[in-house]
Amino acid sequence: MNHDKTGRKTLALAVLLTLPTLGGAQEMVTADEYRAALQDKFANPGTMVIDQGEMQFKTKRGPKNATLEKCDFGKGPGVLKGAYAELPRYFKDTNRVEDLESRLVTCMVRLQGLTEAEVKKKVFADQRANESNTAIEAMAMYVAAQSDGMPINPPLKHAKEKEALKVGEALFFTRHGPMDFSCATCHGNDDKRIRLQELGNYATSKKDAQKTMLTWPTYRVSHGVVRTLQSRMWDCHWQMRLPDLDYGSPASVALISFLSQQAKGAVLDLPGMKR
Amino acid sequence: MNRKQTTLLAAAVAFAAGCATAGPKDDIQALANKAIAESFKPGENQDLDRLKQDETLRACNQYRDNPPEKVAAAINARATGNIKYPADGKLMGDWKTGEKYYKMGFAYRIGTVEPDDPKKDRGGNCYACHAADPKELAFGTLGPALTGYGKLRGASDEMVKYTYEKIYNSQAFTACSQMPRLGHNGILTPEKIAHITAFLLSPESPVNK
Repeated sequence: MNHDKTGRKTLALAVLLTLPTLGGAQEMVTADEYRAALQDKFANPGTMVIDQGEMQFKTKRGPKNATLEKCDFGKGPGVLKGAYAELPRYFKDTNRVEDLESRLVTCMVRLQGLTEAEVKKKVFADQRANESNTAIEAMAMYVAAQSDGMPINPPLKHAKEKEALKVGEALFFTRHGPMDFSCATCHGNDDKRIRLQELGNYATSKKDAQKTMLTWPTYRVSHGVVRTLQSRMWDCHWQMRLPDLDYGSPASVALISFLSQQAKGAVLDLPGMKR
Repeated sequence: MNRKQTTLLAAAVAFAAGCATAGPKDDIQALANKAIAESFKPGENQDLDRLKQDETLRACNQYRDNPPEKVAAAINARATGNIKYPADGKLMGDWKTGEKYYKMGFAYRIGTVEPDDPKKDRGGNCYACHAADPKELAFGTLGPALTGYGKLRGASDEMVKYTYEKIYNSQAFTACSQMPRLGHNGILTPEKIAHITAFLLSPESPVNK
């Protein structure tokens, strides 16, 4: 989206206009109206995280005192426009398939000289402590936003890209953990709910996969921060009562490869906003 | 439901499962298992034993929950053989306590980001997937609705035993059922399962009102 100063002024204005009604007579808001409100880009706090991410991206850090402006997300060093829409993809310099966030880790290690452990020490903001987004979450949002309005179109040419798709699909159906769950337990059939939450069939319904994937990264209203696909993959495994899924790990990248291929053609609408 | 009906239902479920996609090729599943092994790290509050797949899950993964008849029969037999019962032998507990454990969820999560208190009492979180008390509207639809479960079936000894065993290990009846093996995997104790059985079957329970 075009997030300029006017957008932020409109947001501030919207907040001011909304305040006096709080605590007053409550009007009933239907679920449809709530969903419509979530579509309003000028009211999406995620737009501010794009700016935070840009600042972080251009901040020198690490032993090499470098910014990430020369990071290559697949379209050449420093080319951000349209890069996220074509991720995950195979990278020759690491000889593996990387998604946006594992690529950010690679660049922080290689360009800034940080260790992987330093980079991954705290990747997710803790919503229970009312924290703001971490630097890596904000940077992921910033890079992803440069593909807003573009169709999801990850390449499927290299043998490792084809392998990641197949492995990701197998992982989607692999049951493990004390609950015997796989991703497909919840996301394998049409029109299912957990409690009142609609789930989506990402296993076989292209439409459902597209509908969700075009809105990631997304501002989670209940968390008060932007959440990324790596966070979402961790979250599902946490709910499955498994250990922490390692940030940028092979399984996480393979699952994101599968979901991105399922969602191919959907036009990114960023930042998303979800409950 | 008598045994014949149960068998018919199991056959119908098996037929429906038969229409699903076949499992991945062995080499791809091996690569997937390798990816899992590399993607969870040992450390504080990480229990890597939870990633181990037992014989039943390995078979379900191999056939993507659609095992051939012989494998399915072996899964059923293994599950039946491993069922444990409450020490006092009572499979019908207290329905009010059962209601509490039917509702209760959110425990047993580990890791360093947002772990649960390991001492937190565990329930079955059954409403996540199954409707029950018609007054509770926040129910999921992943499993069949259990509203009126006891009213439809009665509370014969056979039905009590079937319900208890179904909750303890659903795979005793349906190989590779999507339902967690709540008793077998130690999520719920035999006593809690007996209470939930009463919540589903007792004529006093709101499920059957």
